[in-house]
Amino acid sequence: MQWETVIGLEIHVQLATQTKIFSGTSTAFGAEPNTQASAIDLAMPGTLPVPNRQAFKYAAMFGLAINAEIGRRSVFERKNYFYPDLPKGYQTTQLAEPIVGAGVIDVELDDGSIKQVRIHHAHLEEDAGKSLHEDFHGMSGIDLNRAGTPLIEIVTEPDIRTAEEAVAFAKQLHSLVVALGICDGEMSQGSLRFDVNISVRPMGQEKLGTRTETKNLNSFKFMEEAIELEVARQISVIESGGSIRQETRLYNGDTKKARAMRSKEDSNDYRYFPCPDLLPVELSDEFLAEVKASMPELPAAKFARYVNDLGLSDYDASILSADAATATYFEAATAACGQAKLAANWVMGDLAALLNRTETHIKNSPVSAQDLGGLITRINDGTINSKMAKTVFEAMAAGEGNADTVIEAKGLKQVSDSGALEKIIDDILANNSQQVDNYRAAAEDKRPKMLGFFVGQCMKASKGQANPQQLNELLLKKLGE
Amino acid sequence: MHNHTLAQLVKQLQNKTVSSVELTQHFLDRIKQYDGELNSFITVTAEQALAQAKAADVLLAKGNAPALCGLPIAHKDNFCTQGVRTSCASKMLDNFIAPYNATIVENYLAQGVVSLGKTNMDEFAMGSSSETSYYGAVKNPWVTNCVPGGSSGGSAAAVAARLVPAATASDTGGSIRQPAALCGISGLKPTYGRVSRYGMIAYASSLDQAGLIARSAEDIALLLGTLASHDPKDSTSINRPVDDYTSLLNQPLKGLRVGIPEEYFSEGLNAAIEKCVREAIAVLEQLGATTKAIRLPNTGLSVPAYYVIAPAEASANLSRFDGVRYGHRCDNPQDLEDLYCRSRSEGFGDEVKRRILVGAYALSAGYYDAYFGKAQKARRLIQQDFVAAFNDVDVIVGPTTPSPAFEAGSKIADPVAMYLEDIYTIATNLAGLPGMSIPCGFVDGKPVGLQIIGNYFSEAQMLGVAHQYQSATDFHTLAPASFS
Amino acid sequence: MNRDEIQQLAKLARLSISDNNADDVASSITEVLAFVGQLVNAKTDNIAPMAHPLDALQVLRADDITEVNVREAMQAIAPATENGLYLVPKVID
Repeated sequence: MQWETVIGLEIHVQLATQTKIFSGTSTAFGAEPNTQASAIDLAMPGTLPVPNRQAFKYAAMFGLAINAEIGRRSVFERKNYFYPDLPKGYQTTQLAEPIVGAGVIDVELDDGSIKQVRIHHAHLEEDAGKSLHEDFHGMSGIDLNRAGTPLIEIVTEPDIRTAEEAVAFAKQLHSLVVALGICDGEMSQGSLRFDVNISVRPMGQEKLGTRTETKNLNSFKFMEEAIELEVARQISVIESGGSIRQETRLYNGDTKKARAMRSKEDSNDYRYFPCPDLLPVELSDEFLAEVKASMPELPAAKFARYVNDLGLSDYDASILSADAATATYFEAATAACGQAKLAANWVMGDLAALLNRTETHIKNSPVSAQDLGGLITRINDGTINSKMAKTVFEAMAAGEGNADTVIEAKGLKQVSDSGALEKIIDDILANNSQQVDNYRAAAEDKRPKMLGFFVGQCMKASKGQANPQQLNELLLKKLGE
Repeated sequence: MHNHTLAQLVKQLQNKTVSSVELTQHFLDRIKQYDGELNSFITVTAEQALAQAKAADVLLAKGNAPALCGLPIAHKDNFCTQGVRTSCASKMLDNFIAPYNATIVENYLAQGVVSLGKTNMDEFAMGSSSETSYYGAVKNPWVTNCVPGGSSGGSAAAVAARLVPAATASDTGGSIRQPAALCGISGLKPTYGRVSRYGMIAYASSLDQAGLIARSAEDIALLLGTLASHDPKDSTSINRPVDDYTSLLNQPLKGLRVGIPEEYFSEGLNAAIEKCVREAIAVLEQLGATTKAIRLPNTGLSVPAYYVIAPAEASANLSRFDGVRYGHRCDNPQDLEDLYCRSRSEGFGDEVKRRILVGAYALSAGYYDAYFGKAQKARRLIQQDFVAAFNDVDVIVGPTTPSPAFEAGSKIADPVAMYLEDIYTIATNLAGLPGMSIPCGFVDGKPVGLQIIGNYFSEAQMLGVAHQYQSATDFHTLAPASFS
Repeated sequence: MNRDEIQQLAKLARLSISDNNADDVASSITEVLAFVGQLVNAKTDNIAPMAHPLDALQVLRADDITEVNVREAMQAIAPATENGLYLVPKVID
């Protein structure tokens, strides 16, 4: 039988605020356990929440970016359940009146086609803490630094049909929230976490199959693996006469295995009700105007500008616009040298290779965008050739200074003085008279290849500093004499 | 000294005819002498109080001390006091030394007010008799085999017995006014949002409000300006200027329109209480007020609506008591479920558990609309009754309780009978209105309370009405014989 | 409410009710529910639920760090901690 997979995603996006959603406690990653857990975060008796304006701003930015309706009035509710990483015994979240309504994200697939994924809604809520399972005499340790970190939970419609589509969507969403500046995008730190709802049904059947939810996937690779594994499991269960149990599952990226979560076995009755400690939030026209004004240029708009205004190819524009940090770097380098195409080549070529080799994020690139622009300027004005530029770039990467400093220190200035070049050429031609004769005797179409020998010899003699274009011209002239 | 009014004590402190240390020691001595019998305090912080009093005397000596500097009061034990056990009268928090101060506690500290300790109450403020305390029942100083009312029974009994000049308290469904009535003293629950809830251990967040218990309206007026504040830490506290609550105390009642709600004089009302209340209304008329019969037709819905909404909110508010970060934790938990279930079952008393279960039920799948949703709609009906009534009258007056102080133990096994104790007080909490109780007579030696309900943020006016009544009567000056 | 229902409810609220107590608890909860059940007669057509006594709106806070590290003070009153962590019986996902 032919099976169709139906996938919907729930994505938890940690917002890049300085403080928690309901307290003025820092959200910085990596602090010692419970050093960023105030009385409010610990749910000390009598403490009360006060919502963070920036979290609303970020959530509204996401809504505007996906052309969703912004809930001008939103209400926090309590979702009641007991868990040690949930200090109040309820999660403060939104249900009936979320801040972001329905919207759409266009996802570009590998074959260039566009897949539309509808967003059902997105709501603001607080993150939970963490349970550490290292053994403390048979106990677990609870760290509540993360408790109260603002999240938006984005819920899609079940529009996705394959693992590839899911991953393409996830990557697109990742680049969107990073471009918006509302999330740091650090998936290894849990800044974006994906829950995947999966079901299968016979091709052509309208009714949805029973779904399972695989929770907390924090890499694109694990997401793809987990989906493929779960789809295969469901098909095999059904084909062998079984039926799918609605359950919550966990995927282990190390063992490549998944299992049902034991703690979620009982179907929970969350007893949602409006949080009486918080009042309804109404976003004013001024607030939304402020949010609109602070919206950065989004990847799609960037792409169009790179192609139309900067004259980049679609390919280059799509790569450079997809990632906000890369785009920022590229634009700064271009601003420094005025050469968009050259800047694009360097960012996607030598710079990307360097960052890849040294496992460095572009934000921490050892060569600044301004310095790369300076290097490109020296190529463009003929001070150095592109071969020498690679040497200069490596030196810059090694911390030896900017392009001009390196060129000066290494004496790499291109030889464009025609007198000096002519002397080099004359010496080479005199020492290789046989080759000169051969060249002059050769047919026209053989000559370019033979010219390469002389170019190479001259370049070598100039220690690579000869201006290649000038060298070519002079050689042709002298060999033609 | 203990029979002086707050105004007198403030004056004596400011002109140094008495020191804060003397005053504090005097009340500490009275607590020592009498509280063994009353059990109105859970924790007496004698050493700390004397240190605070000493500091207050230094300020007073300098001559620029705040108005209330050096005055001793007590706090109900559901307000967090840094470094001092804050138990909510529960085994759950028997070992809880609060790591921070409630905003209202901070407000009084900033004024140099001395805290003598923490007063007894119904566990987690759930009750109308102060019998559910883990630390034992509180007794009514007028008739010690009767209850003082609740949940702020400790604050009320302590003030009535002159163990402290005034005390903070909280009122979710009548927990200030009902014990004030039963103990023959004055109590005010301000408008919801007038006083910060930060640091007050929550029972039902949309109903809880901190207030005061003292002997007279004048005493309350002196203290209320410090209690009331807009607190950025409490999203539900309202940002509006704090009135000068003493400003209208001497305003004549001429032209005041007093509403008398028919529903508050129905068949459940004790006839002797009705007589006292009618006499009090006659006094108001003699003072120049005009009275008008009004209707609050949805009064009957208030107790049932309250006993859905309050337990529902409480069921979530009390989930944080899980034995993980503070409070009672059972011995040798076998697993996580065991930790939760045993810590909570050992830590909470029967009434608290009952309300958690009722609340969880009212919110659960399939019952939300019939219980919680319905109660929230009934709540709006009740509020609309008041809004309509206040189009025609300035204040509403009636009995605080249907009957006088009842015998200890007589209602503890009958939750619904206990709930009906608050039949006249609960509606104001649902509507968020301010309410007061002041003494207006006695039935068989037991005090009777007159309730005054005002419009939103009309505390100054209510205190004025109460003060005018108290200027014409002397019920508020009477002390129970064995404690005078 | 019968014994099973009360035990189910108790589980939801993480309270344990002993078997010899279950009937008493069930009957007292039933009594309270019957009492509040009077609400069914309230005429609430077209009435909006009221969640707050005042018709106020939420004020939002600036995103400024106002809290400091209070771990020592908070863990001084904790039942069980180690290496700065709160300890609980093993958490099973």
